[in-house]
Amino acid sequence: MSQATVLTLKVNGAIHQVASSPSDTLVQVLRDKLNLTATKVGCDMGTCGCCTVLINGQPTLSCLKLALECTGAEITTLEGINETAMHPLSKAFADCLGSQCGFCTPGFIMTSAALLKDNPSPTVDDLKEGLSGNLCRCTGFQKIYDAVLKAADDMRVSPKAKSKSLASKSKKAAR
Amino acid sequence: MIVPGGGSTRNTQNLNRDGQLNVVGQSVPLVDGYRKSTGQAIYTDDIKLPGMLYCRILRSIVPHAKIKRIDTSKAAKMPGVRAIVTGAELPNKFGVLPISRDETAMALDKVHHIGECVAGVAADTEQQAADAAWAIEVEYENLPSHLNLKDGLKPVEHPVHEKTDKNHPGTNVHKAVDQDFGDIQAAKASSKSWREYEFTFQGCNHGFTEPHSTIAHWNSEDRLVVYSAQQVVHYLHRALSEVFEIPAHQVQVIKPAVGGGFGGKSDPFPHELVAAALSRKVRRPVKVTFDREEVFLTHHGRHPTEMKVGMGIDKKGKITGLESSVLLDGGAFGSFGVVTSYYNGVLSNGPFMLPSFKYSGRRLYTNRPPSGAMRGHGSVNARFATETLLDMLAEDIGMDPIDLRLQNILPENTLTEFHRFRITSNGLKAGIETVRKASGWDKKRGKMPYGRGIGIGCGMYISGSALPIHWDRLPQSTVHLKIDKDGGVTAHTGAADIGQGSDTVVAQCVAEVLGLPVSQVHVKSADTDISPTDMGSYSSRVTFMNGNAARKAAEEVRKLLADAASKITKMPAQYFDFKGGKIYCHSRPDIFVTFQQALDEALDHRGALVASGCYESPPLGGAFKGANAGLSPSYSFSAFVTELEVDPETGFVKLHKVWAAHDCGKALNPLAVEGQIEGSIHMGIGQALSEGLRYRGARILNASLLDYKIPSTFETPPIEVFIIESQDPEGPFGAKECGEGALAPIIPSIGNAIFDAVGVRLFDVPMTPDKILAAIEAKKAEGKR
Repeated sequence: MSQATVLTLKVNGAIHQVASSPSDTLVQVLRDKLNLTATKVGCDMGTCGCCTVLINGQPTLSCLKLALECTGAEITTLEGINETAMHPLSKAFADCLGSQCGFCTPGFIMTSAALLKDNPSPTVDDLKEGLSGNLCRCTGFQKIYDAVLKAADDMRVSPKAKSKSLASKSKKAAR
Repeated sequence: MIVPGGGSTRNTQNLNRDGQLNVVGQSVPLVDGYRKSTGQAIYTDDIKLPGMLYCRILRSIVPHAKIKRIDTSKAAKMPGVRAIVTGAELPNKFGVLPISRDETAMALDKVHHIGECVAGVAADTEQQAADAAWAIEVEYENLPSHLNLKDGLKPVEHPVHEKTDKNHPGTNVHKAVDQDFGDIQAAKASSKSWREYEFTFQGCNHGFTEPHSTIAHWNSEDRLVVYSAQQVVHYLHRALSEVFEIPAHQVQVIKPAVGGGFGGKSDPFPHELVAAALSRKVRRPVKVTFDREEVFLTHHGRHPTEMKVGMGIDKKGKITGLESSVLLDGGAFGSFGVVTSYYNGVLSNGPFMLPSFKYSGRRLYTNRPPSGAMRGHGSVNARFATETLLDMLAEDIGMDPIDLRLQNILPENTLTEFHRFRITSNGLKAGIETVRKASGWDKKRGKMPYGRGIGIGCGMYISGSALPIHWDRLPQSTVHLKIDKDGGVTAHTGAADIGQGSDTVVAQCVAEVLGLPVSQVHVKSADTDISPTDMGSYSSRVTFMNGNAARKAAEEVRKLLADAASKITKMPAQYFDFKGGKIYCHSRPDIFVTFQQALDEALDHRGALVASGCYESPPLGGAFKGANAGLSPSYSFSAFVTELEVDPETGFVKLHKVWAAHDCGKALNPLAVEGQIEGSIHMGIGQALSEGLRYRGARILNASLLDYKIPSTFETPPIEVFIIESQDPEGPFGAKECGEGALAPIIPSIGNAIFDAVGVRLFDVPMTPDKILAAIEAKKAEGKR
């Protein structure tokens, strides 16, 4: 492997130096070199969304992205958002049966995580549009919508949101 | 929503005297749900073993040819290459059905389809293996390709296989089925209306998201250990032992997490044998993972089908009979095709009464990738034909299509006249009435503006095949339990959880009987060293058969614990009920012991409690040839209504809503039942409107998820599920199947709704916009004439 180069990648907050060939895709490096196997390969040509990860917060198909394009970027995988505690999306996907065989689930959750950041109170139509690049063969999508909406509810009850709602309550009380 | 669907008054089979179920019937997350949603579930391709090599397979680039020469010498010298295998090294035949073993791991003297395995390479990296595979030289001498079904009925030169149906030597007929019951001619004569049409169906692929993946390790103990994305570890176990001619106990098959199957991972596959053969040479683990194109080339999906089907009714709207002749494109190999050849006929025996039945089925070998079993196996295409005809017949006599169906339903607790299908519970009437009301059918059907339509489709499916494909006396399911000092219940089952939730079913059944939370039951499934043999996850059998086995095993443990509770409390053992982690005296709930106390007592001087439960189907059916096909201890029933819009300018269909009633008996886990029904409908929508394998000659044109159009979020409408609980007398806690039967009805409900919308009938599935538009134009032209 004379063409191998050492890439510096920042994945889930940690810096990794990886020997990699210029043709390696990001998903190959994540799965094969860094053992981050949550990210799946369903089609290897950008059609199924199973390999979706976040690059600088943007959902990205890691099977179409060369690893060397990602130096200097913040790469986040499903492992990353579940590092310290179970992410509300992971909890909701299991609780609402948004995941059956589970193979598309990492991609759906990463896409949803980015979607909820932009739009914390999505409608089902928002989800249909935002998740249209991810394919699920098990659920018929309904329970995925249920899961994302449930997670959105849970995430809105963050400290900030709580203090806001408390403030509005006290306003009402004052009236 | 859960709707009562009648059925057995013996009801829930609960052992507690209060008749309440505490775990079963509750919506619970799948037991492996959090593992999957955090990325911790381990699928085959996630596994990396020390010293592991990577395999790529050289596949045939021609559909039908003699192999003149294979030269691996250049490939063998390429960097990183550790081993190469070709067909000659593994000549033993295999096939999932013992009655049609027609495959070899790699082509021997000829190839039968584009994509057939010709050689396998193991190398240090996947890229090296791929490069070396392409460096293998194969010289082919082309033979004529067999692609036309009708041509294959007659003797041909160079048939796909030498061995064919015994009454059709020299042809491409793999299996011929002929059945004639009742008097079909009299039925035609007495019919007020008889309709007969030719229907065409393209092939469908399962489209599971996880491509096939296998790791084989022929280890230093001379044992073959295989990890594989499988629905039936037992069949792979058998095939490995038979092809390699080694004792079965020297083979261990382990199923890691599986990313969907839908029938497409239920055969033993050539690549599994190739990986094992390579590992035998190098004694190192060898992994093979498919790309998506290889999934399509390996296929084993729904058979492309041409069928001519006729049905009639008398003036009162009673069905007079069904005549059907079916040609199935089996592709290059047998797979489950003998079963398919029967199912396309016999599964039309429900959910409506047929006073006469004539069927001829022919499965033809062709030089295309093999067809096999896919969700709703053998029932789906035939169902489209019969449900379309029923709608047309209702139209002919001016009857509402729902009324017509209601008065022809097979009653519960009956035997069908000819095939002696034993119909135990049947909630179809409740199902039809529920979706009729919920959809606003009576205000909509025939009453909406041009372009908008509503349609119904019904169905019936088996809860497992009553006859195992291997003719031995092994129970169809066995579950073992082990309970030790830690209080956890370990359940061993050979059933494969492929995302449908079969592990959760086992956990729920055991937890219910022992009065424990689901989280206290740990299911270890589908590892042939530790799992009792199970026929695996296909034919929608797992809930019914394995659920019963789990229940029985738990009942054995329950007896032991009741005895222990009796010893401690000095109350008779038969007084004890189990609930909430307690074992209590039913008339004196204040007298109780905890589960752990009883367990400790039971373990004294004995050690871990172990128990086994099994399930065997009761004897069923008639005595004629083929009488076993379609027999099941119980059947599910469904009725779906679809509302949609057709754009008459483009032929494009927009689905608005589906109301889906499915009688699955007692819903063990309503959340999972809904998931199965919604998923079946999504898959059926694909087959109805957009999915179909397209070929140029023998070559698949759309072997990718870009070109093979699985419905996305945009094409999938809201689905309202109604679970019809009919309480089956023999199902575990009254349960029946829900994983496959819910696919078939959606396709005709869409076809019938298209008719209601724009007045045209489609006989060619998938009903793509071009076909719909052509039908609309043809109807317009007819009107002008």
